[in-house]
Amino acid sequence: MEFVLVQLLNGISYGLLLFMLSSGLTLVFSLMGVLNFAHASFYMLGAYFAFQVSTQIGFWPALVIAPVLVGAIGMLVERFGLRKVHRFGHVAELLFTFGLAYLIDEAVHLVWGRSAVDYRVPPDLDGPLFSIFTSQYPMYRGFMMLVSVAMLVAIWLALTRTRIGLVIQAALSHPQTVEALGHNVPRVFMLVFGGGAALAGLAGVIGGNAFVTEPGMAASVGPIIFVIVVVGGMGSLAGAFIASLLIGCLQTFAISLDWPIFGLKLSQIAPVLPYLLMVLLLIVRPKGLMGTREG
Amino acid sequence: MSPVFQRAARIFAAATLLGFTAAQAQQPTIKVAYIDPLSGAFANVGEQGLAEFRFAVEAINKRGGVLGGRKLEVVPFDNKTSPQESLNQLKRVIDQDIHYIMQGNGSSVAGALIEAVNRHNERNPGKEVLFLNYAAVDPAFTNEKCSFWHFRFDANSDMKMESLTTYMEGQKNIKKVYLINQDYSFGQAVRKAAREYLGRKRPDVQIVGDDLHPLGQVKDFSPYVAKIKAAGADTVITGNWGNDMSLLVKAGRDAGLNVDWYTYYAGGLGTPTAMGEAAAGHVKIIAEYHSNVANNKAAKWDADYRKHAPKGNPDFYYLRGKIMWDMFAAAINKAKSAEPKAVAYALEGMKWDGEMGEVEMRKTDHQLIQPLYVLTLVKAAAKGGPKEAKIDMESSGLAPITSARLEAYTSAQPTSCNMTRP
Repeated sequence: MEFVLVQLLNGISYGLLLFMLSSGLTLVFSLMGVLNFAHASFYMLGAYFAFQVSTQIGFWPALVIAPVLVGAIGMLVERFGLRKVHRFGHVAELLFTFGLAYLIDEAVHLVWGRSAVDYRVPPDLDGPLFSIFTSQYPMYRGFMMLVSVAMLVAIWLALTRTRIGLVIQAALSHPQTVEALGHNVPRVFMLVFGGGAALAGLAGVIGGNAFVTEPGMAASVGPIIFVIVVVGGMGSLAGAFIASLLIGCLQTFAISLDWPIFGLKLSQIAPVLPYLLMVLLLIVRPKGLMGTREG
Repeated sequence: MSPVFQRAARIFAAATLLGFTAAQAQQPTIKVAYIDPLSGAFANVGEQGLAEFRFAVEAINKRGGVLGGRKLEVVPFDNKTSPQESLNQLKRVIDQDIHYIMQGNGSSVAGALIEAVNRHNERNPGKEVLFLNYAAVDPAFTNEKCSFWHFRFDANSDMKMESLTTYMEGQKNIKKVYLINQDYSFGQAVRKAAREYLGRKRPDVQIVGDDLHPLGQVKDFSPYVAKIKAAGADTVITGNWGNDMSLLVKAGRDAGLNVDWYTYYAGGLGTPTAMGEAAAGHVKIIAEYHSNVANNKAAKWDADYRKHAPKGNPDFYYLRGKIMWDMFAAAINKAKSAEPKAVAYALEGMKWDGEMGEVEMRKTDHQLIQPLYVLTLVKAAAKGGPKEAKIDMESSGLAPITSARLEAYTSAQPTSCNMTRP
């Protein structure tokens, strides 16, 4: 019982971190049609900025400043890069973000070196939150879950209940009309891309010290967030949320079980399961769990 | 051929000839390729080795190099811990006419390199490549897969486990052991040896769990920690290294897991920092050296390195790396040649007065036989720990002290190597 509860919490909190990571990606895709390969790099930038800021003025300011900085970089990238590439079509955009990921990687190497940096959980959040029978549940994981849920609610409210949210949604399907009504559509796109980057940055602030802040961190989460976006349905925020929790729990529980499979243990193949899920889902339901468009 | 072109060709030929003789005159440096991760999940590990090796090479060059004045040089090649990428880099190494390679991180990589080097040397007599291995510890490399062109300066996984279990034999509080390792040849070798040797030395100990996880891909170890806890283990044995080690203990600390860790590589690169002072007394490491060892003949070297170490990572870790470079230089001088084959023959069976005692490059399998230590991480002296715990690791407040010294013969294993020599 204790074991199942602990693993469930572990699975949910991991899933929620995955959601933080993938929400920006899926937003940018649904609103702009851009599949941003540099998304995981923004996550990494968020972690490094947070490290830098937290060594100067502390973690709490970093929680705000780092995502804002990453968002600003995202906007600059959209304004001076992506917007110019946009007219050459989706392939060009894809290649652009692909190259950008490498650029950011190298920049991080140059500035912070190739080793991990000592970015720690702040003392206020270090320690157990509560105990389940004999197991402690770390406070930082609780914080992680809280931020993630708050983020989901905030995005949802912003998109459906605010004026700018309505303009964004309208600009997606009828850009000319929105432009004719006097809205600056390119600026809307810039905000969306910056916002997506900021969300990744926020995930970096939280994930960087929960795990480790090192130059390989972008590459290590890159594939899994694409799996989440595909499984959840390209561009569906709710889908990404469900897929994140599903994959978080799937991986956690697979690790817990030592069922034998062809001479291996289930726990051993746990890391492959999300990819297996993606392949199976693409075969039987190509639009993903909650997706609206085919393929 | 047009006259202009002819003339150009002649000038070019003369220039190369001149360049060649000039290079001969000033004695070309002996280059050694360092093929290890300089990017990716284990970049920090590769960077540390490179920094220490550059320091060792500088010292050799300062005292006059080898063969009466020839200098040594380390040339880094990034392999991203990938065997495939390592083979590409090996091609580049060979194209650049470099005849020595050093590698350590990942037995998966070392295995691929040994095979490729064997093949290359067979096909290109006179242009051989020699592989000096300072950390890839799969026992196979000095047993069934042994090669004349491979020398290992680290104790292999079985030797380390032999020493570690010899120490565990006397620790009567160990009742339930959990094994967690990386899922590749090295991790599998660790778990196999742990089961076998514990079964022999401590048949009363129960192995309550045995996990393999993918190499360098797990970010969240908390599900594994929950499993260890549920199994009721009091001791964990792990061969994990790099982030796989630090993230594992970090997750353990977050969940309040109360076990003793018996490890190969908890001694650096973020692990002491991640464990924090709460871990004092609960972490054992098997290694050939630590900074607080008694009668430390490497103390000056250690202190000098700390002054030159890259920012943020001051600890001196690879004593075996220093020994490797010293023995390599000695072998070149002994062979009176920088020819890999001659150097290999000079290195075979070489005895060396190492800082921690005499070591020997065993001739039968090219495995360095050396004394090992079981260390315990305790509170540093400055924080109220024992007096000998002078130097802490990564300024973490955790410092290593000796729990046991195991003489070279303890860990020496019989070998099944049947080497063919050129």
